[in-house]
Amino acid sequence: MRFFMNWQEMPKEHQISMKRLLAFIRKEFYHVFRDQRTLLILFGLPVVQIILFGFALSSEVKNIGIAIQDNSHDIHTEKMIQKIQSSSYFHVENPILNYTDVENRFKDGSIKCAVIFPSNFGSDIQRLGGAKIQVIADASDPNTATIVTNYLNAIIRDYQQELNPTTKLNYQIVPELRQLYNEQQNGSLNFIPGVIALIFMIVSTALTSVSVVREKELGTMEILLVSPFKPIMVLIAKAIPYLVLSIINFVIIIFLSVYLLDVEIKGSFLLLFAESILFIITCLSLGLLISNVTDSQQTAMLISMMGMMLPTLLLTGFMFPLENMPWIFQAISHLIPSHYYYIIVKAVMLKGLGFSYIWKETLILVVMTILLLTISLKKFKIRLS
Amino acid sequence: MPSVTLKNITKKYGDFVAVDEVSFEVQKGELFGLIGPDGAGKTSIFRILTTLLLADGGTASVEGHDVVNGFQEIRNKVGYMPGKFSLYQDLTVKENLEFFATIFGTTIEENYELIKDIYDQIKPFNDRRAGKLSGGMKQKLALCCALIHKPEILFLDEPTTGVDVVSRSEFWEMLAKLKKQNITIVVSTPYMDEAKLCDRIALIQNGKIMSVDEPQEIINRFPKMLFAVKAKNIYKLLQNLRTEKEVENCDAFGEFLHLTLVSEQPDVEKVKAIAQKYNPEDLEVKKIEPTIEDSFIRLMREQNHFNEPKEMLNGK
Repeated sequence: MRFFMNWQEMPKEHQISMKRLLAFIRKEFYHVFRDQRTLLILFGLPVVQIILFGFALSSEVKNIGIAIQDNSHDIHTEKMIQKIQSSSYFHVENPILNYTDVENRFKDGSIKCAVIFPSNFGSDIQRLGGAKIQVIADASDPNTATIVTNYLNAIIRDYQQELNPTTKLNYQIVPELRQLYNEQQNGSLNFIPGVIALIFMIVSTALTSVSVVREKELGTMEILLVSPFKPIMVLIAKAIPYLVLSIINFVIIIFLSVYLLDVEIKGSFLLLFAESILFIITCLSLGLLISNVTDSQQTAMLISMMGMMLPTLLLTGFMFPLENMPWIFQAISHLIPSHYYYIIVKAVMLKGLGFSYIWKETLILVVMTILLLTISLKKFKIRLS
Repeated sequence: MPSVTLKNITKKYGDFVAVDEVSFEVQKGELFGLIGPDGAGKTSIFRILTTLLLADGGTASVEGHDVVNGFQEIRNKVGYMPGKFSLYQDLTVKENLEFFATIFGTTIEENYELIKDIYDQIKPFNDRRAGKLSGGMKQKLALCCALIHKPEILFLDEPTTGVDVVSRSEFWEMLAKLKKQNITIVVSTPYMDEAKLCDRIALIQNGKIMSVDEPQEIINRFPKMLFAVKAKNIYKLLQNLRTEKEVENCDAFGEFLHLTLVSEQPDVEKVKAIAQKYNPEDLEVKKIEPTIEDSFIRLMREQNHFNEPKEMLNGK
């Protein structure tokens, strides 16, 4: 606060302070733009992650290889095969010759699912009023297997209803399913909030801590300390450029999400923006704190990566559902800032909720930020070790 | 009022005593040298004086400000050049200079006169990144950056280490010029030959100050007559002479051996006679003036003798 008092008392002192800060920030940008590695992490990483998570690591199941053995060759099996063929979920491969053929093709991975119609399938339906169909799925990937069998079930049920348009069960419950907020099952929707949190962790936390520690390693911190530049200003001057860069990154990510991955921002962009700036500041404070307790760039990088990125990946709920985790991990997840940011982004971006729904998470982030910032400012060494 | 005062300054790293009860003063406008080998404690003393380290004992002040309580005042007034090249390698010469000028609340133009002589030499490389400069140029740039705010006192920690001979002598010429501007300069160096370029020096070894005085005074205080001996197989001669009772000390100095005798009235003939016993080829003996290095080694022996009497027996 003395900084501001000076400004009123002697504007010239304030001017010099401003000039110093600007010179420092300009220098920081030189560092960033002249180091290809930093540039790559800064702007290459978000793009790569968005594309990776958006396209490659999609949890959607499409074009599953399926093989069908039709031992009956009647009108019913033909119609059902047609239904399977016309579904975009399946890609029908060559028919199965025998049972060992099924196993071999599961093993080489060309099919994930096999459907076998027994002989007399059609006549059984008509004469006995019921027939059996065998569905075999490759459960080495349990998620895909479940999804595949569900799809097939739906197709079979659908055909069954077609066969009995008039007969009605005495009591019928028809579930009308709707998957809200993401009806097209667009996998990107789930990943984007997590990826944003992850990128802020990398850019704001890791890069900031490394950039402060680099000054220690190079010995320039010695000169900066032995100068009229207030030690605290070193931290502030370090944080501002990375705040700006993180905001640019945020805009890039949002742009890519909206125009490349068709993610719709349902809520207020302004609110999302404000909350993101808050989270960036949280990450910056964390980065500054790490830089205070480490003396080498490697250690700083390691702490940011292991201590911050991994929990962000694993414990925010964006890769693995938190609800299924042992209580200890759930407890830890509450200490991770990205956990709250993830909730906020999901609420604003996907559900279109307003501030009244996320004030609690916002408050927690604010408190965390103030706490982290206070500790890192207090802990900042005005001397060497 | 002296520019720098140290009283019984002690600094420990764990059990290791890096600086041991060091006291000395540096007067205003003086070019003061802290001379000693690597690990003698020079850098620790510099860091204590520049408020970067806290001493474990004793008091020190710079320009009247205590290094602990008045650290902010000191930081505003001093220029500091750390031992390791500490400028931004990815910034150009000009950007480095402009950055430090702004940080110190000034501009290159404002104090241009002060750095002109030095800056002119690196100006052709204005747009070159500092990391791509030669060792000598880096030192010049670092000195410019340390000087840019016209400090009252300049601390230069081993500015000539790792710099070629020509750049070293140029560097000392620059220091002499700066001294004329009435800037107090405290400089450390492991090179004994640079000692005579200082007004006063402190010889430091194992964290202890052995002597503080003008270089010539320290040399004058050398108590013995010193001889230089040269022969074909100098190493063998050194081994042999060290076994002689008459020989007090004998050390290799480049192509010569520097030697003192126990005798109170030594002369060249006596030295020759001792050396002849071993039939050296091309023997050459002459009386020489001691250098700071001779004094340093002698003082070091006395210090060791004082600490560990058993080890002293002339290296035998």
